[in-house]
Amino acid sequence: MNVIGKPRRRVDARAKVTGQTRFADDLMLPRMLHCKLLRSTLPHARIVKVDVSRAAARPGVHLVLTGRDFPITYGILPVSQDEHALAVDRVRFVGDPVAAVIARDELTAFEALDFIDVEYEPLRTYADPEDSLAHPEPRIHEYGDSGNIHKAVSLRFGDVEQAFADADRVFEDTFFYQGNTHLPIEQHAAVAARDPDGKLVLWSSTQTPHYVHRALAKALAMPAAHIRVIATPNGGGFGGKSDPFNHEMVVAKAALILDRPVKICLTREEVFYCHRGRHPVLMRFKTGVKMDGTITGMHVQTLLDGGAYGSYGVASTFYTGALQTVTYHIPTYHFEGCRVFTNKPPCGPKRGHGTPQSRFGQEIQLDRIAESLAIDPAELRLRIVEQPDTLTANYLRVGTIGLAECVRRVTKAADWANVFGKLPHGRGVGIACSSYLSGAGLPIYYNDMPHSGVQLKLDRSGGVTAFCGATEIGQGSDDVLVACVAEVLGIAPIDIRAVTGDTDLTPVDLGSYSSRVTLMMGNAAIQAAERARDLLAAAVSKKLSVDKDRLVFADNRVFDTERPDTGVTFAEAVCLAEAMFGTIGSTGSYTPPRSAARFKGGGVGPSPTYSYSAAIVEVEVDPSSGWIHVPRVWIAHDIGRSLNPTLVRGQVEGSVYMAIGEALMEEQTFRRLPPRLSHALVHKFPSMLEYKSPTTLDMPEVVTELVENPDPRGPFGAKEVGQGPLLPVMPAVANAVYDAIGVRIDEVPITPEKILRALDAKAAGKAPRYGPTRFPAVPYPEPLDVPTPWDGGDGKAHPRTVNPEPGTRAGAVR
Amino acid sequence: MQNIHLALKVNGEPVEVAFAPYKTLLEVLREDLNLCGTKHGCELGECGACAVLLDGQPVLSCLVLGVECEGREVLTVEGLVTDGRLHPLQETFADLGAAQCGYCTPGFLVTAKALLDEHASPTRDQIREALAGCLCRCTGYQQIFEAVEAAVERSAEAFALRQPLDHARSAKALAERETR
Repeated sequence: MNVIGKPRRRVDARAKVTGQTRFADDLMLPRMLHCKLLRSTLPHARIVKVDVSRAAARPGVHLVLTGRDFPITYGILPVSQDEHALAVDRVRFVGDPVAAVIARDELTAFEALDFIDVEYEPLRTYADPEDSLAHPEPRIHEYGDSGNIHKAVSLRFGDVEQAFADADRVFEDTFFYQGNTHLPIEQHAAVAARDPDGKLVLWSSTQTPHYVHRALAKALAMPAAHIRVIATPNGGGFGGKSDPFNHEMVVAKAALILDRPVKICLTREEVFYCHRGRHPVLMRFKTGVKMDGTITGMHVQTLLDGGAYGSYGVASTFYTGALQTVTYHIPTYHFEGCRVFTNKPPCGPKRGHGTPQSRFGQEIQLDRIAESLAIDPAELRLRIVEQPDTLTANYLRVGTIGLAECVRRVTKAADWANVFGKLPHGRGVGIACSSYLSGAGLPIYYNDMPHSGVQLKLDRSGGVTAFCGATEIGQGSDDVLVACVAEVLGIAPIDIRAVTGDTDLTPVDLGSYSSRVTLMMGNAAIQAAERARDLLAAAVSKKLSVDKDRLVFADNRVFDTERPDTGVTFAEAVCLAEAMFGTIGSTGSYTPPRSAARFKGGGVGPSPTYSYSAAIVEVEVDPSSGWIHVPRVWIAHDIGRSLNPTLVRGQVEGSVYMAIGEALMEEQTFRRLPPRLSHALVHKFPSMLEYKSPTTLDMPEVVTELVENPDPRGPFGAKEVGQGPLLPVMPAVANAVYDAIGVRIDEVPITPEKILRALDAKAAGKAPRYGPTRFPAVPYPEPLDVPTPWDGGDGKAHPRTVNPEPGTRAGAVR
Repeated sequence: MQNIHLALKVNGEPVEVAFAPYKTLLEVLREDLNLCGTKHGCELGECGACAVLLDGQPVLSCLVLGVECEGREVLTVEGLVTDGRLHPLQETFADLGAAQCGYCTPGFLVTAKALLDEHASPTRDQIREALAGCLCRCTGYQQIFEAVEAAVERSAEAFALRQPLDHARSAKALAERETR
């Protein structure tokens, strides 16, 4: 290997360090106008009247749009088409866009917003999930499972009640995971224009140009072939730029009407309203174990605060119960999940999408189980780790598993045996594990086409252009594309140009979400490069009279492996091939293997393979102030193979960073304005000043161990690394706090105040913990019973229990 | 509102610019001087993405009014490249993974440059302290710290060799290419 596995400067690094990367807000087009959105000041209200006449008459204002201009709904999931670009008759949270002004400059547009007159009729506001459960009317949406329940599911695999009866001990615990947001440093921005032949072009900081393309075609009722979406490099995404957004629809429509370029760049406050971040989740875990730690069964219940719109919420709901079985062997499993609507900014996918919340509960409960059974928590995890190449109780096909090796590596690096339970009071260590998808096994809309496509164009100069719809959000997807092609063709990365994220120029890749790009695009790139290599090999073989199988592609040459001096340059090889076959290009594509799950809801969780992580966190807690300091984190990640170790380490450390923020300080919370000021439910702090995130001074030292065990399903054996390493850190912090001061903090963020309250409870002889004490009665549906593989199941639900809901099929929901 | 007219030095070159008097230095740089390398992230001086050097000192350009800059010297990320050579910090940020999405990178680079201008060989704690006003959501900062430390070493090496770093690199790459 000449490129793969070597620490290397990423292909787009020079642009980034010279300030030449063109983010969406850096685009300035001639005759460009600027757009601002008027957002709702009430959390839930009927729109009685919108009068834009005063705003439209302002000097410099070119256009004012309202909900009447956008009658067609859209949304990321086919089952949740519940968004209008601008509210038609109802606003559902403070920040819901109501109208848009397009003017000569930002200031003129901004000032004109004050001249739009909106008359609202306030409706009952739903502030939290229990409120939404208790009051089915008025409904926030006219769709969903019932009342204000967006989605309620129950999946049962095997006889869980019998498993609890067979267990030596049964543990029941309740946890709460507070919502938080992505906080990319780049605010969302978009520019739309008509191209010279009249068609629409949208440049946007989006992670999913293909889905934006589809949503624009629908919402604007335009042929998709006349729309070009270009994903500009994202200044951070983390899931927050994965939905089609109001502002994208609005500038697109305005540019079509005015025939001038129209730009919008959201303010930081507006980014907090776009949100789509981590769902607040209340959860209950019931787990049966034998005295040796073996799990007999698990019952997980979750309640998600979805906010005001569907977004990815149906998938998020299933994800809170999907991956528990992928880390540890759980022979019987029952999952009940429920997402409700509330009048807050919509929640959606943030790094780890739906799985960090339940991972937090699962790993703290395991810590508690280990203590009760007097088993070392690291040893307990080694005992119960899932077997490779198996099917789990919920029909997820697991490939290679490097988890045991991850646990061994972190315990060795952290000197676990000599520190756990042995540090002085106030200092402690905690361990936790996790796993994550290497790409969702199903697309968001049901189809049989590839999930990723790559095209190559080979030039006579020896230069290669690689085209792919994948989107560079900082994770290094352009580098992965180039590295895979360079390795197969034996050329240098600098000789390859990556053209990505452009629906006119590049074949479809579904987007930068679900940690899918490296595996899916990488496999497509290898296939395309191998096909191109075959063409070149045929031509060089003829020229040199050397058997094709003896040709090697390396060092920018194609040569005879037995006589390395006999060969041609790569550029000469391209010319020979072009002379023989005509213009040289190739394509490659990737479609994930078919899932084993055949039941409704089984579409969420399958992946070609899963990554694994284990983390040990060290904490110092001051019992007098509750102040928590994290000096060090050891993390091991099963990467399969690292394509570029510099970037892989960056993803691991970046995940740890974001996890530390979630564990200790980040929270998206709300408050009521005083009654004299409308009593509205508003975001507590939609600004970067008050929304705390870790600085250089808060960041612990991170010791990263990469476990390389190539997975045959990944490109060169690679698995994902963008999301998985975040997952174990939050519960490891909580477990370390327990080791340090003997109290359990069963919710995030773990703040000094919660520490002090737990210590007070302990001193008063109460349960030494802080966290939720009850779980409300949630009307989960009758379970869908799916016999496990070891009970002779075939992945289908038991026929007697099939939920008779119409129009559903396995896999229709991602 | 009438535009004001200002003369200042940007990235070593004298410039004259006319702009509305309420504009911040950030807006003047991006909108009136077309220097879009400097970014914005929060509008209130919290994220550090808009950092530039004003008379050699790091400032948050979203909190500085353009009118304050008459006759002063501004350095942005675009000014770090000299004679076609990347600054050692740019080299090491690129090589060591210190730039992921790259949006915060210009602010980090100029802030780190100000640190190195003051301390030839800062400690890790001094680096943490100096960069505490810049937020990065991608990297977890560790590779940024390492890049700053490596830039110190490379600056020393480059001085010893008296040869521009990236020239050396590309000359070597070219020589290798030609011998193949």
